[in-house]
Amino acid sequence: MERKVGIIGVGSSRFGIRNDVNFNELAYESFKEAINEANIDLKDVSFLVVSNIGGWSSEPLPAVTIGEYLGLTGIGTLRVEAACASGSAAIKTAHDMIKSGEGEVVGVVGIEKMNESTTPVVVEMIGRAGNYFWEFENFGLTFPGYYALYATAYMNKYGAKEEDLCEVAIKNHYYGARNPKAHFQKEVTLEECMRSRYVAWPLKLYDCTPISDGSATVILASEDYIRKSGIKEPIWIKSIGYSNDTSNLSKRDNFLSLKASVEAAEKAYKKANIDKDKLTKIFDVIEVHDCFTIAEILAYEDLGLFKRGEGYKVVREKQTYIGGIIPVNLSGGLKAKGHPLGATGVSMIAELVKQLNYKAEKQRQADIKNGYALAHNVGGTGHYAYVTILSR
Amino acid sequence: MQKIIYDEGIKKLEEFVKESKKILGFPIIPDQKLGTALWVSNRELKINYIISVEKIKKFFEGLSEGKIYATKCLNCNEIYFPPQSECSKCKNEKMEWIELSGEGELLTFTKIFVKPYTFSHYEDYIVGIARLKEGINVTAWIEEKDFEKIKVGSKIKLKVAKRFPEEYLTYVITIID
Repeated sequence: MERKVGIIGVGSSRFGIRNDVNFNELAYESFKEAINEANIDLKDVSFLVVSNIGGWSSEPLPAVTIGEYLGLTGIGTLRVEAACASGSAAIKTAHDMIKSGEGEVVGVVGIEKMNESTTPVVVEMIGRAGNYFWEFENFGLTFPGYYALYATAYMNKYGAKEEDLCEVAIKNHYYGARNPKAHFQKEVTLEECMRSRYVAWPLKLYDCTPISDGSATVILASEDYIRKSGIKEPIWIKSIGYSNDTSNLSKRDNFLSLKASVEAAEKAYKKANIDKDKLTKIFDVIEVHDCFTIAEILAYEDLGLFKRGEGYKVVREKQTYIGGIIPVNLSGGLKAKGHPLGATGVSMIAELVKQLNYKAEKQRQADIKNGYALAHNVGGTGHYAYVTILSR
Repeated sequence: MQKIIYDEGIKKLEEFVKESKKILGFPIIPDQKLGTALWVSNRELKINYIISVEKIKKFFEGLSEGKIYATKCLNCNEIYFPPQSECSKCKNEKMEWIELSGEGELLTFTKIFVKPYTFSHYEDYIVGIARLKEGINVTAWIEEKDFEKIKVGSKIKLKVAKRFPEEYLTYVITIID
């Protein structure tokens, strides 16, 4: 019989420009919270998985420096990279270890400290994260640029407007304003969003995530360990779906959908026996990868929550707020909570565990009926995709 | 040009660090917003990659003759652009070089306003992805001054062009009226 894997503790640092702490201190901020919540002996942690992209931050061996600082040496560690989906990949690594009997308790720390480099350097390095030679070297694409290519195609096909994209920013800032750990804790208006300058046409500054620092921790454990330790109400990982796509965007058929997201969702639904026709009824709350406003709209459609070409109308009608058809990104999403790349996937799971346990701030707490939640985490421009389904 | 703004920022930081070393004896500066102490590393790194193009040399020879080449698998006829020297579909290494028609239509495009540091000396540039008659897509800059003229579905012609100020050969998408 397959071993079940549960989550027994989660933590998150405050996201933002964290020039008040160093790399390891930032990691410890979320780890402390998670290990205290799990209320277990540090000695029980048998492996540490660290999710980090790095390059812009000074430590080239983040798993080792964090291991030392957290007091976790002599156990084994590694760093996982799957671009902005590194966090989900790290959770999958830990999950698979436990499931296969390779460990009872595994810690996952996701961290990114992007502000150790200047903005032009960060813009450069993320821009290189596609296909370096054929996309960056000659054509200087940027991360907003890649998603802008999708936005142009999507808007052209379905008639979505820049105002519709702004509606995603407005929603996510609304919830970010209610999340004390978010990078941006203030609401924005349609006028402010529309007035913001172009970063990569048709995407404007308010369509983009900020350059954030932050960390998140999730402690995973086997069902045996959970039962023996008498841990009440863990959150279970029901399934993890995953896929990848070409590095060159030019090798893709269309720019209306992230194929890797579609495939990852399919796998996750199948493994968890989820009825694809009832998604918005089954899930109480969802976190999607809104690195840019267009990405949230694509996610609605790629996950099968709404029909093709309907995503932007759903936002316009405010159906993804609490009280709508399905609440999405009550954390503020990457857009307002912030997007410290390696921390993001772990932070999504930490957020959903809080939601499922009714521990989110009151104004942004979803109504939990079925006890099901979904995290959608994309790496690069649909280069990697992970969909993780959680349940109470 | 964005480069001027970027370089001014770098220069300011360097001057600030120099001043701090004189006063404090360390490269420690206060964060502009928080006032927290920040150590500015003394070990600046310059990275420049050296990449092998041995197996796709012919592509660059083509550019110097004004031609844009792709590779085609002699076994399964799969066309590769960017060109690759072996077919990942059927594991065949017998490939031929074919000249692309350069004709096709625009699938999507964007205009880059906020540029990477190493592209900050250019004016805002337009990047597009076009589908060629051969059924393959190509990413390149779109050489068209009138932004309004560029549409998804625009007929395009891919051309060899020299990139300035670096003066090397590359290819661009041009819009056909």
